[in-house]
Amino acid sequence: MSKIVRTMASLLILFALIYGVYIIMHGHLTPGGGFQGGAVFASGVALLIVAFGSEIVHKSLKEHHLSILESSGALIFIGLAFGGLAIVFFYNFLVGSSIFGHIPPSGPNPGDIWTAGVIPFMNIAVGLKVLAGLSAILLVMALATTLMEVEE
Amino acid sequence: MAVSLSIFIGFLIATAFLIHPFGYPPSEMDDYIIENAQSETGANNAVTSVVFDYRGFDTLGEATILFAAVTGVVMLFRRKKLSRIKP
Repeated sequence: MSKIVRTMASLLILFALIYGVYIIMHGHLTPGGGFQGGAVFASGVALLIVAFGSEIVHKSLKEHHLSILESSGALIFIGLAFGGLAIVFFYNFLVGSSIFGHIPPSGPNPGDIWTAGVIPFMNIAVGLKVLAGLSAILLVMALATTLMEVEE
Repeated sequence: MAVSLSIFIGFLIATAFLIHPFGYPPSEMDDYIIENAQSETGANNAVTSVVFDYRGFDTLGEATILFAAVTGVVMLFRRKKLSRIKP
């Protein structure tokens, strides 16, 4: 794309990625969570692909690294689910402990980030999984279309 | 085939008549979650506490579907295969 689009994209990509990570990290306090934040992050990757072209993005973002990231996110998620197996599958075993263990007062309150037990970790795991998966889909499809254009 | 299909359709119709009317027994589940989500899971966002705690198993299925979709798309658009097509 033109120089204007590339300059604006390289400025706005910071805000898009930070907003995605913010939605993932604050999933237990504000609307959003792992899936939504991962989708926002992947839309930042889509902005990069549109502005700079998939070949240049592919130099620093390989799809096998993304698939490793996605599989590790899935493994962390299932591992956390098995962590509560002493009582029941998906038991929130960190509530009341020293890690993310604060319990907020009932009713509307601003809350603090150090709450909710395993839910922040699950948000991070699912967010990792979704951002890597959607970015891999976008990158692989964009690469395939550019290759087909070259060959024709 | 026809017998099993007719049994299945008959079962669906019978269940459609046997199901309770919409909203008739007021559900206790939502009240329970609104009352107890903050004290049980510690999350201020009750939606996230449902998604990742009360119904975590559904989220596991959702993640599995996404994983299968990504695997299929990445396998479909492999680069080596595309560059080998060139006649």
